[in-house]
Amino acid sequence: MTKTLTRTGLVALAVIIGAYLILPVLIVVPMSFSDSSFLTFPPGEMSLRWFHNILDEPVWLDSALASLQVALLSAACAVVLGVLAALALVRGRIPFRNTITAVLLAPLIVPYVIIGLASYIAFLQLGLTQTTLGFVLVHTCLAVPYVVINVAAGLVSVDRRLEMAAMSLGAGPVTTFFKVTLPLILPSVLAGGLFAFFISWDEVVTAIFLSGPDMTTLPVQMWSGIRVQIDPTVAAISTLVLLVIFGSFIVLGLTRLIQRLVRRRMADPATNTGA
Amino acid sequence: MTAALETPAQTSTGAPISINAVSKKYGDNTVLEAVDLDVRAGEFLTLLGASGSGKSTLLNIIAGFTQPTGGTVTVDGRDITSRPPHKRGFGMVSQHYALFPHMSVADNVAFPLKRQKVAKGEIRRRVAEALELVELGHLGGRRPSELSGGQQQRVALARAIVFRPRVLLMDEPLGALDKLLREQLQLEIRRLHQEMGITFVFVTHDQDEALTMSDRIALLRHGRIVQLGTPEQLYAEPNCRYSAEFVGVSNIFTGTVQGRTFVDGVSGRSYRLEGAAGQHGSSLMVRPERLNIATVSAPVPDDMDHVEATVDDCIYLGSSRTVQLSTDAGLHLVARTEVPRSPDGVVPGARVNAYWDVRDACVLD
Repeated sequence: MTKTLTRTGLVALAVIIGAYLILPVLIVVPMSFSDSSFLTFPPGEMSLRWFHNILDEPVWLDSALASLQVALLSAACAVVLGVLAALALVRGRIPFRNTITAVLLAPLIVPYVIIGLASYIAFLQLGLTQTTLGFVLVHTCLAVPYVVINVAAGLVSVDRRLEMAAMSLGAGPVTTFFKVTLPLILPSVLAGGLFAFFISWDEVVTAIFLSGPDMTTLPVQMWSGIRVQIDPTVAAISTLVLLVIFGSFIVLGLTRLIQRLVRRRMADPATNTGA
Repeated sequence: MTAALETPAQTSTGAPISINAVSKKYGDNTVLEAVDLDVRAGEFLTLLGASGSGKSTLLNIIAGFTQPTGGTVTVDGRDITSRPPHKRGFGMVSQHYALFPHMSVADNVAFPLKRQKVAKGEIRRRVAEALELVELGHLGGRRPSELSGGQQQRVALARAIVFRPRVLLMDEPLGALDKLLREQLQLEIRRLHQEMGITFVFVTHDQDEALTMSDRIALLRHGRIVQLGTPEQLYAEPNCRYSAEFVGVSNIFTGTVQGRTFVDGVSGRSYRLEGAAGQHGSSLMVRPERLNIATVSAPVPDDMDHVEATVDDCIYLGSSRTVQLSTDAGLHLVARTEVPRSPDGVVPGARVNAYWDVRDACVLD
């Protein structure tokens, strides 16, 4: 009896916490379909005018494309650098391992305002503000820790003896990495890459410093959008962004499911012949 | 079966390995002290020792995973001390199988052939042969995780021999298997060795395994080779007390050699020495199967030495019987007798004479 009560209580608590985390995000969805010229909740008349508005104003598409470009490039750079760093930290015999780890993970702790300001000052002199390169440099720096943490955790769980076996079978260090280590840490690498992408995709603090009329990312555009005009275009953008994020998670989940089904089917005939 | 055996057996010949004054230190901790060892071409050599004896370190130095602090390793007379593992071309099997979990069994076995850029059709043929050789021809499509421990170890074996290495290194390959499976695989590995004719270096802490499989055994202790010889030599002619105690069971009296007798330091009894007379040493060793038992009333033959003891326990082992004894001086002895010859009156608590032919006792350090 008490067990059922505790269980019900726990489920209720979980639902409340889940709602607390997700509802504020979901609230923009109905707001984006509002017919009103202001951000209102609950929305009155329903319409798609704000979605039309996005297409009419090129700044939204431009900034979204800029964000996508920056996020993809940053994620790619962060994955390459992060995987290499994790390999060195976990497998290498390097001096000052702890110090190097601390430096690599520093962007997690250093306030983004400081990173933004510092890179703004530095990039002004180099002419890198409002450039894709500038954004990618800063966002890569912010995203590397997430890749390092994910990949290092993955590497620790890969048996070193597998790599030793590969070497004894004639595979050099590079072949061993691509044929044995990488396939085994691929989930961690993909997770790290996904983190890196979203870190860049919704990063606003350093982006504000680096943005300008020549180049603005979507989060900065949204932020300035809501300051100069409070029409629900921003809500419509948010809805689209949410759609992209949830969509990508659903696709990822489906791929995993399919992979598992395929693997099971591949294993089955073998089991039959074996028996 | 026989058709599958032909290729590896015909094309591979074992390589001789020479280990010259190889030492390994980790800081102040010396793991190997100037080990010299010549592994003959095509022989089955076992590195036997307790944990911490340095046997695995020595194997890893041969494999190239560990760099020795000093000394050289040569194969076919060529110095390979600083050659990386993937350029040595030795097969290796470890206790933990180390099969690639993301590949099928067949892809695992094909791995070394792909590194050598062998043609596709040839790879398929040789993988099938190698799997046939370890009697797993039907399981090529499975994942390693779907196999039993014994099957996984066979796959590891197939993968290590499929590229026809001239040397196969094995680090306690049977350690994780249960007794029955281990004994079965011991015989299979022996058969593989005889069929392939390549050099096997095998690491184990299990003396029975070493005796069963090896052409020669190198017994290691504290980073040194204590004794090197055939299984018969190690068992019948141990060169020191450690060797006698590690390989097989032994009864050891501690004392001193005085002329033609050995004086037991604990009980003060003296025993005759025949062939061993004049040797230096502080131990007198008699193997359990050389120790005979009779009740105290029975006369002890003339050319025998004896000690009085009390029977602690009699253990029936099917083909033999083990009798555990305590001498009056508190020394524990073990005697092994054939079951039909089991003497009367040997029951727990009985007073008996434990006696041995003086030629069966040997003096050790």
